Amino acid sequence: MAEAAGGQASRDGVTGTLLVAVVLSLVCSVLVSGTAVLLKPKQQQNEADYRQRIILDVAGLSAPDGAAGDAFDRIEARMVDLATGEYVDSPGVDGFDPLAAASDPATGIAIPAALDIASIRRRAKYAPVYLVRDGETLEQIILPVYGSGLWSTMFGYLALENDGNTVRGLRFYQHAETPGLGDQVDKPAWRAQWSGKQLFDDAGTARIEVIRGTVAENSADSGYQVDGLAGATLTGRGVTNLVHYWVGEHGFGPYLETIRSEQQR
Amino acid sequence: MNGTKKILIDPLIDNNPVTLQVLGICSALAVTTSLLPALLMCLALTSVAALSSATISSIRHHIPNNIRIIVQMTIIASFVIVVDQLLRAYAFETSKQLSVFVGLIITNCIVLGRAEAFAMKNGVGASFLDGLGNGLGYSVILIAVATLRELFGAGTLLGYPILPLVSDGGWYEANGLMLLPPSAFFIIGLLIWGIRTWKRQQVEKPDYQIHEVHRTEVL
Repeated sequence: MAEAAGGQASRDGVTGTLLVAVVLSLVCSVLVSGTAVLLKPKQQQNEADYRQRIILDVAGLSAPDGAAGDAFDRIEARMVDLATGEYVDSPGVDGFDPLAAASDPATGIAIPAALDIASIRRRAKYAPVYLVRDGETLEQIILPVYGSGLWSTMFGYLALENDGNTVRGLRFYQHAETPGLGDQVDKPAWRAQWSGKQLFDDAGTARIEVIRGTVAENSADSGYQVDGLAGATLTGRGVTNLVHYWVGEHGFGPYLETIRSEQQR
Repeated sequence: MNGTKKILIDPLIDNNPVTLQVLGICSALAVTTSLLPALLMCLALTSVAALSSATISSIRHHIPNNIRIIVQMTIIASFVIVVDQLLRAYAFETSKQLSVFVGLIITNCIVLGRAEAFAMKNGVGASFLDGLGNGLGYSVILIAVATLRELFGAGTLLGYPILPLVSDGGWYEANGLMLLPPSAFFIIGLLIWGIRTWKRQQVEKPDYQIHEVHRTEVL
């Protein structure tokens, strides 16, 4: 009885409490980190397959049963130097991690605050692009885009026609926006609106915008506007900003210029 | 019914965590638009509830009283992360649909409630069965709600067409309300009504009863 009471006291005392807390934290962290490390390769493979499917989907090439298969062979991945807009051979597209490259001083640059409308602070000097060809002619260009929404950085792909101006589709593959509100950015009904919208007006100014409310059908700007998301104004603004950044002068602007002049030739 | 069996069977209908105790409603609204994510969520919650109850029970004599809730939360959170990682590795597409809701199992009242109310006072085996039973009780309701919502909201079950939709040339006009969160409230409400009509003992006594006034009292 006395022993039991002693056990009780040491369990609830400062030493006992600290001991249990430390041992428990250690055991739990080993369990959690062990699982994370063991499952990482499998998860990365899933993520890569998923991205491939998203690229096919945004290009409108996905097979009805959702299988990637041969359709991806029609897509050519190239690396672009964002400053010059020219293709480069190194670094390779496979295994390129834009975030890791952005934070490395050798491969990334800081974005001047005035230009950083997507709120990403740094970006890699190079970025992959995916070209969809039909025989010799270039059909579509798919650009990786990302930027801040309300809570999270949203990662997605923007598919453009070969004029470098008409949108074929925009699809996000990773974000953590509010479930039920901001997460409508990856719902099919909203995504479908992007098809056919124009990025730039005749003067070359980026006009594409996620507005508040619904686009008036007969408005002169309806070709540049996408319906807002109810209850997710800031997520919508984030989408506008990240598209503006990535198609702008500091993003893929020089590359899109190259494409346009090539197409005119 | 003997004790062990009662621990497992009781939470299914007689002491159901969703319809009697009205816990875990948030996730029941969010993940039941179609059957597949609901099934995965049930699997995740049931395994977390069973494993964390058993673990907490096994160390219940060593848990200092003043940090017992945080100890329970740490154990539950660890299991939730493990389950979440497993889903991301082996059920990637569906885990995308479940988004934050697997992570939110940590705050699910059913899991913490069973840990505090049962596992802290009972043996490992009984606690495991209690967690399992409550997880299954939650699953029964979720599966019922998800079946109704997917069937009437989209005309499919597990993605296979059951009721041919008008848009595909069939006769069934999909009920869009079924895919919105309020429909889960309606269905859970109807389920509670149904179960309490069947099992009268679950009907709660009214909080307040109008007192009948007798003439004699007034006088």
